[in-house]
Amino acid sequence: MAYKIEKAEEIAENIFELWIKAPHVARNAKAGQFLVIRINDKGERIPLTVSGVDGDLVRIVFMKVGKTTMFLSTLGVGDFIEDVAGPLGHPSEIKKWGRCVVIGGGVGIACLPILAKALRDSGNEVTGIIGARNESLILLKDELSSFCDEFVVCTDDGSCGYHGFPVDILKKKLEEGSVDCVWIIGPAIMMKITSLATIPYNVKTFVSLNPIMVDGTGMCGSCRVTIDGETKFACVDGPEFEASLVDWDELMTRQKVYTEEELKSRELFEDHTCECGGH
Amino acid sequence: MGKRKPEERIEDFKEVDTGFSAQDAVLESLRCMDCVKPQCIKGCPVNIDIPGFIMAISKEDFRKAADIIKADNMLPAICGRVCPQEDQCEGTCVLGIKGKPVRIGALERFVADWERENGLLRPEVKDKTGKRVAVVGSGPAGITAAAELAKEGHSVTIFESLHKAGGVLTYGIPSFRLPKDIVKTEIDQVLKLGAELKLNHIVGRSVPVEELLSYNAVFLGTGAGLPSFMGIEGENLNGVYSANEFLTRVNLMHADSFPEYDTPVLKKGRVVVVGGGNVAMDSARVAKRMGSEVTLIYRRRKEDLPAREAEIENAIEEGIEFICCANPVRILGEGSVIGVECVRMEMCEADADGRPCPVPMKGEDALFTIDADVVIEAIGQSPNPLLISLIENLERGKRGNVITDDETGLTSIENVYAAGDVATGAATVIEAMGAAKRTARAINEKFKD
Ligand SMILES: Cc1cc2nc3c(=O)[nH]c(=O)nc-3n(C[C@H](O)[C@H](O)[C@H](O)COP(=O)(O)OP(=O)(O)OC[C@H]3O[C@@H](n4cnc5c(N)ncnc54)[C@H](O)[C@@H]3O)c2cc1C
Ligand SMILES: Cc1cc2nc3c(=O)[nH]c(=O)nc-3n(C[C@H](O)[C@H](O)[C@H](O)COP(=O)(O)OP(=O)(O)OC[C@H]3O[C@@H](n4cnc5c(N)ncnc54)[C@H](O)[C@@H]3O)c2cc1C
Ligand code: FES
Repeated sequence: MAYKIEKAEEIAENIFELWIKAPHVARNAKAGQFLVIRINDKGERIPLTVSGVDGDLVRIVFMKVGKTTMFLSTLGVGDFIEDVAGPLGHPSEIKKWGRCVVIGGGVGIACLPILAKALRDSGNEVTGIIGARNESLILLKDELSSFCDEFVVCTDDGSCGYHGFPVDILKKKLEEGSVDCVWIIGPAIMMKITSLATIPYNVKTFVSLNPIMVDGTGMCGSCRVTIDGETKFACVDGPEFEASLVDWDELMTRQKVYTEEELKSRELFEDHTCECGGH
Repeated sequence: MGKRKPEERIEDFKEVDTGFSAQDAVLESLRCMDCVKPQCIKGCPVNIDIPGFIMAISKEDFRKAADIIKADNMLPAICGRVCPQEDQCEGTCVLGIKGKPVRIGALERFVADWERENGLLRPEVKDKTGKRVAVVGSGPAGITAAAELAKEGHSVTIFESLHKAGGVLTYGIPSFRLPKDIVKTEIDQVLKLGAELKLNHIVGRSVPVEELLSYNAVFLGTGAGLPSFMGIEGENLNGVYSANEFLTRVNLMHADSFPEYDTPVLKKGRVVVVGGGNVAMDSARVAKRMGSEVTLIYRRRKEDLPAREAEIENAIEEGIEFICCANPVRILGEGSVIGVECVRMEMCEADADGRPCPVPMKGEDALFTIDADVVIEAIGQSPNPLLISLIENLERGKRGNVITDDETGLTSIENVYAAGDVATGAATVIEAMGAAKRTARAINEKFKD
């Protein structure tokens, strides 16, 4: 049983979206959950956030960072993905919080529309803040802003919107005292730094952790993270956790376990020109 | 039954045991005394008519031998390879009192392999009953139950969260003990009976609990897949694996063939495996095959090692170093593992199970350190709570196992049954298979009412 790609597009520089027909995931997925794909028989299992749902279709948005995501970016409409498993992980804690701020950095922005919509539908006021290095890396701007009461784009180089980081905007809002709950999704270092801002204000802050996973079902422990001094499996206990309890340095160290192997895999793929995915 | 030479077999993942030829099997079968009160049958968790099938071998009627085994054991090619025979049938064989017991496991394997090579007969499938059964998990428990239920004409759907069926048989037990084509053949047999297999379906997530409970009966065969960690310092350093992760990366994802296959695994110089069961032996021998120097640390004595005798012997032959009566207290390193600090253990009075209890020795001398680049913890697994914690009112025991009726496998919820490791905690293939078979019969009976 393979899963068909129904839509495919490069939506920002090196960032792609695919809509895949996977009813078992699409019908049950909620904001905050992810799925695991394996492109073909020799492929790795990689986790990707469910970034949208439309009937039996589920959307993934990914950045080309290594072998698997590069291979994935070469697939188009009508191609198949061998395995799609999910939804996995706990959904985001959606309830009436009041005034919510959802912050996305880089490809993490892809997680926000489904989240903002769910929060909005539960009666929250939603502010969306997204950040990227420059304008060409901004994604899903129109879709996300349609679910937000307030919406700010930030770029590191000022090529679009506010010249600076989302944390600057967040700090301002925190000072005004107009924030009840915050979500921050992006690279680990961005989540760590941005979430430091909310600590003095004691505002509930969620982050979505992205350790290396294999099964995504709690069976291997590859995804262990330390939360408040305790080991948790991000795939089943998370992936969202309270930011102030996360051992960030451990997470970032563990993400680098296979740096050498990843480089080798990527080089082999780049040197390889036929369509077999480097196999 | 022969074995490949250690120096040759540590170079690959091909099967270690080479099996009996027909001639060897017949010769071995002639050693059986066909006792009036066969003790071997009592030793077998599913009470196979062992003298019966051995007598059939002696008459070279291998088809009949297969039929006799299959009456009680759905998975003889697998059990013949992985059952702890020394604690079961061969342990109670009367020939074992003075000499060597009949090699029942090897004979079982021979018969099953013969049958596979000479054409498996498809059992009869009864007319459709219209009853729908959901089987969760495709390990030995799930596939056995699915087969028994499909034969009765029920519509069976097997849900499996991974991308391959087989449970531990696929992701846990390495191919040098259990070649994967054998597992595949067994599963294909079940599918030929009409059972439907849905891979990548995590019940509780891809299939909501309400949907699950809408089936006429539910069989939970979700196993004991949640790995335990020791809870010591340094456990989250890079290079520390649960045995489940290490074995899954290699057996399921083929990390041994990286970069041909995309999944990596650390194949570094010195590997320390913690534990003494089958899972520990498998981890050690897999690491050895990827070129590592492997040391296994076990907290009790060598004679207490719970792994199958044959696998301990194989591990020793393959050059695995054993340090018994020792236990890790700390994993050393910054970022990545560089060593393991251990404490020597001494054995005290027997515990409630009659096993002597290991306690750490005191004083500076009791501590020692070994170098390591990779540490693999094989210290136990418990039932994965993912699904069973979502089912309201499903009664569970202290170790997280689902509580069932011994005879029927019925849980605290009507029409929900469970068998295998999810009910017993980590046990054996034959026990999972046997319990699943009893449970499937109970479901079949229930449907007749
Ligand atoms: C819950 C979760 C949700 C995620 N959602 C998204 C998403 O929506 N979009 C997106 O672009 N990325 C997402 N990621 C990260 C994504 O899984 C990795 O980018 C991807 O696995 C990289 O694979 P690769 O072969 O292309 O790169 P590689 O060269 O193999 O790796 C690049 C980096 O990605 C990480 N990575 C590698 N393998 C894995 C793995 N098996 N599991 C997790 N991380 C890995 C490592 O930190 C590594 O350094 C998510 C990760 C998690 C845990
Ligand atoms: C490394 C290793 C070596 C072993 N060696 C031996 C040996 O030599 N001899 C022996 O007799 N026994 C051995 N065992 C034990 C034996 O394998 C188990 O007792 C047996 O596999 C249990 O069968 P099971 O069907 O209950 O569970 P499992 O084999 O664990 O199968 C459970 C299946 O359910 C799936 N699942 C779990 N949750 C869900 C869900 N929510 N939705 C869908 N699917 C789900 C899992 O992915 C898995 O495929 C070994 C175990 C290990 C780990
Ligand atoms: S990814 Fe295997 S336990 Fe989380």
